[in-house]
Order: sequence, then structure tokens, then C-alpha cells
Amino acid sequence: MIDMETMNVDINQEKKIPGSLDQLFIITKYELLNYFRSRRFLILLIIGLIIDLLLTGIIGYYRPQSFLSSSLSFYSGWVGNSITFIIILSAIFFGGDSISGEFQNKTGFFIASRPIRRSSIYTGKWIASFIASFLIIIIFLAITIANGVYYFGASVPYQLWDALAFSILYLAAVLGFAFFFSSLFKSSAYSIIVTVILFLFAFTLIQFIVSSLVGIEPWFIITYASGIISNIFTVPFPPHVVTTVTHLGHGRTLTTTTYNATISEGLIIMAGYFIISTLLGLFVFEKREFN
Amino acid sequence: MDENVIEAINLTKKYGSFTALSKLNLNLSGSKCVGFLGPNGAGKTTTLKIFTDLIRPSSGQAMINGVNVQSNKKKALSDCSALIETPEIYPSMTVREALSLVAELRGVPRSERTSQIEEVVAEVKMSDWLDKNVGKFSKGMKQRVNIASTLIGNPSIILLDEPTSGLDPRGMAEVREIVKSLKKKDRLIFMSSHLLNEVADVCDEVAMIDHGKLLAYGPLEEITDKFSTVDDSAEAQFSRPIDESINSQISRIDNIVSVEKIDSRTVKIKYTGGLKSQEYILATLAGMQIGLVGFKSSSTRLEDTYLNLIKETL
Repeated sequence: MIDMETMNVDINQEKKIPGSLDQLFIITKYELLNYFRSRRFLILLIIGLIIDLLLTGIIGYYRPQSFLSSSLSFYSGWVGNSITFIIILSAIFFGGDSISGEFQNKTGFFIASRPIRRSSIYTGKWIASFIASFLIIIIFLAITIANGVYYFGASVPYQLWDALAFSILYLAAVLGFAFFFSSLFKSSAYSIIVTVILFLFAFTLIQFIVSSLVGIEPWFIITYASGIISNIFTVPFPPHVVTTVTHLGHGRTLTTTTYNATISEGLIIMAGYFIISTLLGLFVFEKREFN
Repeated sequence: MDENVIEAINLTKKYGSFTALSKLNLNLSGSKCVGFLGPNGAGKTTTLKIFTDLIRPSSGQAMINGVNVQSNKKKALSDCSALIETPEIYPSMTVREALSLVAELRGVPRSERTSQIEEVVAEVKMSDWLDKNVGKFSKGMKQRVNIASTLIGNPSIILLDEPTSGLDPRGMAEVREIVKSLKKKDRLIFMSSHLLNEVADVCDEVAMIDHGKLLAYGPLEEITDKFSTVDDSAEAQFSRPIDESINSQISRIDNIVSVEKIDSRTVKIKYTGGLKSQEYILATLAGMQIGLVGFKSSSTRLEDTYLNLIKETL
């Protein structure tokens, strides 16, 4: 047995705990290690690659005109339809149980009882989720661009870079929201299910009901704001309000209204979601007790 | 501040109408091991959780070295380490990685990190598992890693919440030895337990709590003297059978109240006078050259004290 008296450090020397920012990045580093080790990253990467491979195969085999008429329509069809789905999956994979898991699995007792602020834990984990998701998106886009270069040469439309920038903000907002729900629940299953339901079903449904049936602009729905990621590929950018009048016969008509978020509006909504949900999530996590 | 100090000031924790902790006032200072005894639900873990900011008090203050844990957790815990319940370690991490995480958070210099991790892992006898994933470990093995993690950074104050929980008898004995070795340095150890023999074996002082209220606090001897109504006792083992004449010789030793034969080579001796008396009896028995090979004091008095103070549990 090693006598504790022989240990290198004099216990009476001043203990220098790293600053909160340093501790935040320590949490980020080990959280990323945890993602890579627990195969979460690998599974999501495989899903992203499957989507890429399917699109590569389908476009290569069927040569659809909707994709191959121009480089803009190619990137619109590829990125515009898939990227938001990958972002939502990333939020579910990396953010869904990020905080709730600390309570449910009791791993929080291992970290939170140390001399570290809870905000450093929360933010460190959030940054790790963001980096992991960003890597998935970059790999997805790299394969997309490789396909685009094959069909249209090296001239990548600037709209792709705009879409990437919007996607990064959308990712931040969706992760912020996922983390907020994760800090609300003690059960990982609940927080993941709520995130899945909200982003894959509820928001889209509410957006449809509010805009088409009630005729109100759904400016408060984050998926509405994400429309700018696909709309950026449309030239000119779609009008803010589109009213369609359908003649039903016998003099009867049905008027439906479709809203498209403007770029500035979309960016503000995403930024608002990110800031508010992150602050709320942090607040909840600060107040939560490890019972 | 040179001395290690843990202080609870009117510490209260309520969950709705249930009071888990009621105006707890406790001041522990110096270098020693203080046992925190009480039945399940008495408020032991609640107290330790408040001291590590895992939960917050409804009122009152938890201070470590003069710093309020709730208002400045980082500073308060900078020289304090804790093992609360049985934390889970990220299962995909190895022991080395999990302890590196703690070492980095505690600011252990890079040059000392590896050696310190290897030393604390050796201390809990987990060296062979250093690079294995924690996810495959038994509860007892995880608890050893958790104990190792509390030693990282050589904190002066260590809070242990039932540290032998989940360990097999051998593991329990080893953890007790670790805690005893920790006492050799200038450390203040505050250890909750409901195992009386564990506290009697390891701790210098004892604080007893029930229904969220502190019932007694002081040196073990002082508390048992004050609250126990029974005599001290010890079991003496001999290499050869004890006959009636030897039995009566033992009975005549000063301060011995009674001698009860357990089997042909073992007797239970009840005595008065505490540690000094125990020392004298042991020396006398050894001097009698009657084949004394073992002498183990039992925790009867502490048990009696406990039962007298804690009349009923939840």
C-alpha cells in the first residue's frame, strides 16, 4: 500500500483551481471523448453517410432534372432538403439527454460535486455537442460538394455558403432548445422523446395550422425560421407572403396563405431561440438539485 | 486560514412539509476523522449534498474554510473533495481518463498528473484496471475509483458519504485502512455511515443525527461516556483452553466487571474505565502468560449510545 504521506504534492500548498473558462473546455474535451467512445458520433455519421450515399446513387442512376438542371438546383435539392433533418438528428443524439442523463445515470454526482461552476458544465457540454454536430454537417457537405463538383465543376454557388452559415445558427438554436428540455427532465427518455416530437412533428404541424388555416405568420416557430436554409437557393428569394386563391366552383373560393421568413427575420428568430433557450436551460440547470 | 473548518450554521432543508434537516449547527475543525452517524433518512446525505452544492439549503449556511458553498462553490471546494452516494462514472471512459478529468478540473499540474493518478489508483488497489473502461466494472470497483477520485489533488478536507457502501467485506476493510491512512496528514475527514463498528474503528469524533437534528457531537469516548449505560467490552482469544482458575484470575483484574466464556478459547470481558482501562487489562492479560493471542474491543458502548439517542427511526 502506498502511504498517502509519500504523495508528491504538499497538501498545504495553495490549491489553484483552473478558471471557469478553462474548466469549460476540459468538460468539452472529455464530453467529445465520451461521444466518440460511446459510438454516438459514429452512428450519426453513418446516418449522414447513408443519406449522402442514397442521394449519390439515386441522382447518378435516375439523373433527375430537378437536380441536374443547374448547380443551384442541385445544391438546393441536396442540401435544402436534408440539412435541417441532420441538424435535428444531431440535437437529439447529442443534446437530447446531455443534461438529463447526468441526473438519471448519476454521472452528475461525479462532476458536479467538484469545484466547478454548473454553468461551466452546461456550456462545456453544449460546445461539445455543437462541435460533434458541426463535424457531421461538414462531412455531409463535403460529400455533397464532391458530387456537385462531379456534375458541375468547381463553381460552388455562394448560396451554399449562406445556407451553411444559416445552418450553423439553426444548429445552435436547436441544440439550445434540446439542452433546455434536457435540463427540465430527470429522465433521458422523456427529454429525447419531447425533442423528437417537437422538432419532427409538433412544430411543423403548428406552423401549418397557424399559417395556412388561421392565417397568422408563425414567427414564433423555429422550424418556420429554418425555411431560409432551403429558400436561399431560390432566385429570387421567395416573397414573404404568398396568397393562393383556389376556385372551388359555383362561385366559391378557398384562400390559403403561405408565409416565408425573410432572411433577417429567420436569423432573428433563430438567434432568439438560441439565446432564450440557452439562458433558460442554464437557469434551470443551476437550480436543479441532485436528489 | 490555516485550519481545516467545516461549519453548518442553522442549516435547514425542507421538501414541502417534510423537514430533512432542521437548523443543524455543527463546527468541525482540525485534523481528524469525524463520523456522521444516523439511521436512514436522518439527514446525513442531505447535509453532505448541501456541503457540495448538489442541493441547496432552504435556510442557513454551509461553510468550508470560511467560504459559503452556495455563494462561492469553486473557492469553498477548492481544498475539499467529496464522495456522495455512489456516483456513476462515464462508462465509456477508462479509469485513467476519468481520473484525468478530475485532475484537470482540480488543476493538478500536467507534470504531476500521471504519477498522482497512478498513486491513488494503487491506493485503492485498482492498478491492473487503470486502462480499462469503467462501464464493465462492478459496483465495488466503481466505488474504489470514486474513492481514488477524492484523493486527486490531495485535498485537506474530505467528505465521504458511506464510502464502504457496495463493497465486499475485504473491500470495506481496505477502505477503512485508506481512511485511516488519510488521517496521517493534516486532513479533516467527515464520514457518514450507519455502521457503528466502522465509525468506532476509524473515527476520532462522532456526530449523531436523527430526523434532521443533531443529537450529539464530540470525541467518541466522551459521547459514549455521556450517553452509554453499558460497560465497555472486548473479546479475548487464547491459544489454549481457558479453565475455571484462569477465568477467575481474569475476573480479579481491576475494572473488569464480568468475564463470560464464549467458547473454550474465547472470553468476553466487560470492563469500566474506557481506553485507559482497556490498555491496562490488555497489558495485564499479556503479562499473565496464559496464551493471549487476540484482544478486540467491541462497539457495544457506541451501539448503546446510538440506541439511547436514536429511539426510533422513520
